[in-house]
Amino acid sequence: MPTSLIDADSVLAIEIGTVNTRVILFDVVEGRYRFLGQGSVPTTIGAPSNDVSVGVKAALDQLHDITGRVLFNAEGQLVIPSQPSGVGVDACVATVSVGPPLKVVALGLLEDVSAESARNLASTTYARVVETMSLNDRRDTVQRLDCILQAHPDLIVVAGGMEGGATKSVLNLLEAVGLACYLMPKDLRPEVLYAGNSALVKDVQESIGSLVNLHTAPNVRPSYESEQLTPSQPALAQVYRLVRSRQIRGILEVDSWTGNHLLPAATAFGRTIRYISKEYAKSRKGVLGIDVGASATTVASAFAGDLRLSIHPGLGLGENLPEILDMCSLSDVTRWVMVDVPDSYVRDYIYHKALYPSSLPISPEELAIEQAIACQAMHLAVKQASKAYPANVPGTRSNLLPWFEPIIASGSVLTKAPNRSQALLMVVNGLQPTGVTTVALDRNNLAASLGATASVTPLLTIQSLDATNFVNLGTIISPVGTAPLGTPILRVRMTNDSGAESEQEVRHGALAVFKLPAGQAGTLHLTPLHKFDVGMGGFGRGGTVKVIGGALGVIIDARGRPLRLQAEPSRRRDSLNKWLAAVSAGQA
Amino acid sequence: MQAPLTHFISAAAIQRERLMPASGRIVARRGQQVNPNDVVAEAMLRPEHLVLDIARGLGLSANDADHYIQRRAGDEVGEGDVIAGPVGLGRRVIRTPRSGTVVIAGGGQVLLELEGEFTELLAGYPGTVADIVGDRGVLIESTGSLLQGVWGNGRINYGLLNLLAHAPEDELTTGMMDVSLRGSVVMGAYCGDERVLQAGEELPIRGMILASMDSALCSIARGLSYPIVLLEGFGKLAMNPDAFNILVSGSRREAALIAEPWDRIRNTRPEVVISLPEGVRPEIPAESKPFASGQTVRVISPPYKSMVGTLTNLQAGLSVLPSGLRAETAGVRLANGDIVQIPLANLEVIK
Repeated sequence: MPTSLIDADSVLAIEIGTVNTRVILFDVVEGRYRFLGQGSVPTTIGAPSNDVSVGVKAALDQLHDITGRVLFNAEGQLVIPSQPSGVGVDACVATVSVGPPLKVVALGLLEDVSAESARNLASTTYARVVETMSLNDRRDTVQRLDCILQAHPDLIVVAGGMEGGATKSVLNLLEAVGLACYLMPKDLRPEVLYAGNSALVKDVQESIGSLVNLHTAPNVRPSYESEQLTPSQPALAQVYRLVRSRQIRGILEVDSWTGNHLLPAATAFGRTIRYISKEYAKSRKGVLGIDVGASATTVASAFAGDLRLSIHPGLGLGENLPEILDMCSLSDVTRWVMVDVPDSYVRDYIYHKALYPSSLPISPEELAIEQAIACQAMHLAVKQASKAYPANVPGTRSNLLPWFEPIIASGSVLTKAPNRSQALLMVVNGLQPTGVTTVALDRNNLAASLGATASVTPLLTIQSLDATNFVNLGTIISPVGTAPLGTPILRVRMTNDSGAESEQEVRHGALAVFKLPAGQAGTLHLTPLHKFDVGMGGFGRGGTVKVIGGALGVIIDARGRPLRLQAEPSRRRDSLNKWLAAVSAGQA
Repeated sequence: MQAPLTHFISAAAIQRERLMPASGRIVARRGQQVNPNDVVAEAMLRPEHLVLDIARGLGLSANDADHYIQRRAGDEVGEGDVIAGPVGLGRRVIRTPRSGTVVIAGGGQVLLELEGEFTELLAGYPGTVADIVGDRGVLIESTGSLLQGVWGNGRINYGLLNLLAHAPEDELTTGMMDVSLRGSVVMGAYCGDERVLQAGEELPIRGMILASMDSALCSIARGLSYPIVLLEGFGKLAMNPDAFNILVSGSRREAALIAEPWDRIRNTRPEVVISLPEGVRPEIPAESKPFASGQTVRVISPPYKSMVGTLTNLQAGLSVLPSGLRAETAGVRLANGDIVQIPLANLEVIK
């Protein structure tokens, strides 16, 4: 690759997470971008520093120790672009997920149309909708005004008025927003994002522009039938950046290094998934990205470039962890625990972990609990996210995940799992994929950073989406259908590159593994029985599929969709452990 | 890496900012002595407004009506006060239906902010108002035994400290909650029975200090009128000896419980401050330092949760934990003499 194609040689990526702050250095080596090293320290949002830039600088010091690269000048400033002496970097990008979710008030004309779109837009960043207002709620301007004042929002998202539609009612709704902001001290006024009828932008600017911190974005509900959130996300990311800069000391400095392009980590993660989905557009399947973090669980689902991003702060593994019990019962979490511990112990663990989000499971029992929580968090997040999928997505069935290829898994609970088999089983149990899919592990948790670098140097993103960073854990084949447990439902014959063949008849309820060394190609001949669907054109249809061996081979997950676990705890634990052993057996 | 720090100090001089979430009125003055329950500031956190349509009421155009509006923005009005008029032969006037303050007047309308309930900010700490923080709150200087907690139910109160735990692991039972505790702050080690919490409400007590609590009691605890501070966390955990000894020596003295949630961004956490006997010189709490050998540390997670020990050494590189995870660790000598390897992420210095 000639270096002339490279826009910025060295790139520094900064990630300020809830628990850890990481800095990653990429540079061109032999005409190709390489991951040179990283520094990681606990995030310094709290005492004694109360300044995230302190942590960033400590991580940069670590990076300097590892790579020898000098990044700061004598005055202690980050040098951008790099000097001929080799000091500094050519570009810097940063992502942020630390901090409480933004408090959002969503306004729309109709509760279940534009107000819902305003809410949905808010859910594409780290936010919590604390109040929704629409014409349906029959509140007058003053009641809305009081409501906004009482909510103390960081952001007000206003939607409404389809393209060429309502104007007067939108302006009426905005009256309360303008009044509320007028009555607030300037430094406490929320940001206002107008994403309604585009014909009104000028009027909105005139009516409330002088009173509020107004941002405009493309209409999220251009027509009754269609919702378009993606075009508004850059504006939302800008708002997020501004709010975080005010809330968290140190963000402003880091933002200045990026040329004011700091991004919410989830937005950047979504970009990467969208890019991959364009690459996989021919498969007609979507690409699914899941990132289980401390601040939130993020689901990025992209269909040939159409990204559906949903962020779930209540399903993060950090301070909000007890909220998971508002969304499901304790037994929904404990069903995934592979060890024998009382339910109350798991609940205490959840509450205690929320007090110390950065703590690590020391014993195997604690690790099993943490992995069970992650599994349930993924399960709930994807269930919620799938409500926003387009109706025509291949493999769509009620209460089941449609077909995806590949699934990208990110987040420390997955990437730092002691065994790859644990990571894979968490993903498969949590997401319950259908059809044929590949699970790739974002080994170095780079997906978000690569989304951020895409705008600075796309080549870095493209070249980093390779097997060194995204480990192929294995191909998962999940037949869908109904039959009594124990009934043979799929005949599988695998031919590897050397011509060697192996064959298995898989029974309903089983989890079978074919060994196929990583990187080696193989051909699977699938013959579904009892009209099961393996995603090859319909119920009972079989066919041939080429696969590349992953770290754990090829897994036939015939346990059924949705996966039903035994009610009896000891039998359920036995099954979970048996499945883990089966998956581990595929390790080459 | 800076070590997280939790204070258990028998005599401390502390400064704490007490702030409201919004602007308001400061009612304390600099230099004032305050008790924990004294109101130091107040704000209208749930304002209520009312629009008076003057033009319609007077039967005039908006422009004409403006000439008859007698009050301007900022004026306070009482219930029944004339706000506009008189107009015409009938001397028609508009009166305010409720007391409040004129916020905006014009365009034929008046926007009133109605008088409502102020949300009060309590001092929380016994001491002196050292400074006023804009229109948001105050800075309080206080002295006393300081115990920092990990969870609080959001309430504030103070009273004489009654010890109900005679050992760091004693469970608080309903049988211990008798009428002699009325109006006092009680200290127990573990609470796993909601009836104990309810008994405290019925007596009523003025606060509860616990080492730990069953997490199932969280929602009940949040609904109580008295403060609860947990010093260790959730599950059945014994109280660390440092905290236990401070509480024992503070028996029958006044204890203030600030059961605020732990918020690392706002720098607030639940705390207990116990008044000092005469003549004790308080120390200024130490700042956080990097982990180092010889520090007293508390383990914050299973299987050694809430155990205290001495940091013996920092391991170079990453160590493999029994769970299989790899992490930076330190050797910790526990009270029983065992030396265990604990991830730095699971340790906090106590001082």
